[in-house]
Amino acid sequence: MKNTGDTFWQKLWKQKALVLMSLPFIIYVIIFKYVPLWGWLMAFQNYWPGNSFFEQTWVGLENFRLLLSDPVFFEVLRNTLAMSIIKLLSGMFFSIILALALNEVRFAKFKKITQTISYLPHFISWVVGANLVMNALSTDGGIVNDVLLSIGIIDSPIMFMGIPKLFWWIVGASHVWKTVGFGAILYLASIVSISPSLYEAAVIDGASRLQRIRYITLPALKPVIIILLIINVGRLMNMGFEQIYLLSNGRVIEYSRIFRIFELDYGLKMMRYSFATTAGIFRSLVSIVLVFSANQIAKMMGEERLI
Amino acid sequence: MLRAKKRGWDDILLDIFVYTFLIALIIVTLYPFLNTFAISLNEGRDSIKGGIYLWPREFTTFNYESLLTDPQIFHAAGVSIARTVLTTVFGTFLTAMLAYVISRKDFVLRKFITFIYVLTMYVQGGLIPTYFLYQRLGLTNNFWVYVLPGLVAAFNLIIVRTYINGLPESLIESAKIDGASEFTIFLKIIMPLSKPVLATIAIFTAVYHWSAWWDVFLYNSSNPALSTLQYELMKVLASANSMSGSMQQALSNSAQAAQITPRAIRATMTIIVTVPIAVVYPFLQRYFVHGLTLGGVKE
Repeated sequence: MKNTGDTFWQKLWKQKALVLMSLPFIIYVIIFKYVPLWGWLMAFQNYWPGNSFFEQTWVGLENFRLLLSDPVFFEVLRNTLAMSIIKLLSGMFFSIILALALNEVRFAKFKKITQTISYLPHFISWVVGANLVMNALSTDGGIVNDVLLSIGIIDSPIMFMGIPKLFWWIVGASHVWKTVGFGAILYLASIVSISPSLYEAAVIDGASRLQRIRYITLPALKPVIIILLIINVGRLMNMGFEQIYLLSNGRVIEYSRIFRIFELDYGLKMMRYSFATTAGIFRSLVSIVLVFSANQIAKMMGEERLI
Repeated sequence: MLRAKKRGWDDILLDIFVYTFLIALIIVTLYPFLNTFAISLNEGRDSIKGGIYLWPREFTTFNYESLLTDPQIFHAAGVSIARTVLTTVFGTFLTAMLAYVISRKDFVLRKFITFIYVLTMYVQGGLIPTYFLYQRLGLTNNFWVYVLPGLVAAFNLIIVRTYINGLPESLIESAKIDGASEFTIFLKIIMPLSKPVLATIAIFTAVYHWSAWWDVFLYNSSNPALSTLQYELMKVLASANSMSGSMQQALSNSAQAAQITPRAIRATMTIIVTVPIAVVYPFLQRYFVHGLTLGGVKE
């Protein structure tokens, strides 16, 4: 099988069937994924679609200066990071609680039914999800208002979707609703892989169930928690655009406008193409920095654990 | 066998907490669907009064009748089905083919191809350049913008490649001795053996494309003939959200009858869009946990 004596071109000729099979895929990925990368140059131009590449005016870093001095820029940055962090932490917290709770269930059938139901929201689109959320929060017969009214916490229905300060928390809660079941799968898989002998030894030592969770199960989840944190920290700038776009409305814009909505508004609606592209590049750069720092921090934590 | 002899108070409290939490979760997860279903079967103007929970008060199938006979909705359903089926069938087949090629350890371009695909998971051209590219390729105002850009996704590719790598290499060797061509090996040996992983990515792809509305909004929103069910639902949602006049206009277009209310349309559309997911749910369940663990292999 190994033709170590052949040159690269000889090998290529021998494998022409494989080359032929993969060639369309190489062309495909270049056209659809790599050609748009040229568009990054737009950030350094004052791009206008009618002009050819050589007719564009080059402006250096002017677009970056404009971006950083834009009055809504810091608001957008704050909203993007705040909502992502709320979603990340609350999503993880409830998924871990769910995994621990499921693990304590002794009736196999109840466990299975609960799991099956808990995955369901993962498979519906955010269009449907946003609809269900708005339905539950509506002022004319929405369940949340009805419950609050009937137990006497409020006197008249509240228009939750119109309160700017509530928007982040509505996004966080609906994120938990949609992802908690699916998110629990990974934690549950880690719990199942814990050696039963650890629990048996703990029982002999007289540890209660609560103590077993505290001293065996939770520490065993630490690695998967750290891995998921690293993966998700890299996504902080990109998390849940569809959800936020669909739930937001004009009344809560100061709290709902995130980077990708900002890019959409400035780019396609206001036709400030170069400016929007600059915002996109900024977002990618921050993501890269976040991934590397998270990775570094995890490495340091790993060393601590070794000592 | 693991149970302690005497149940302490903390043990009982733990059980109370666990079952309360899980039952609350079941209710919170299911209630929105059941409530929406009840509203979709209730007379539209009556629903506005509120107080409908799990059961319709004035039962009617009128909401379904008027939406399912609406030509725009009917057409949108066709587009949704077409894009989902085409992308799932071709996408899965093509992903499997490329995955086979890059699973061949002796192939000279293996590393190069893997690299240029994996890199796309991290580096993307962004909204505006992609939009201009599609415009230049003639993909705006075009059905194929739903299918072409998403045919081979790096993540699915890696999942399938990992699976094929786990198949015994001797199968390929012996087929070669028998004179089978590369394409025959892929089609007759690799494809049938990879059924579980292909089912997994087919389901991921199908759910993704059934749920998609963003590409409709970006590239084809000017052409009603290219609208999908999710996009129609999104438009109804947007109109409920902003309550602007022009949006209300769009709303009355999607359901001409006067006695059908926005709330009823939203509820009914939501159920129509969710039913196909509920139908394939048993398959989804079986394969996605499998897919998740496969994805973990590559880390």
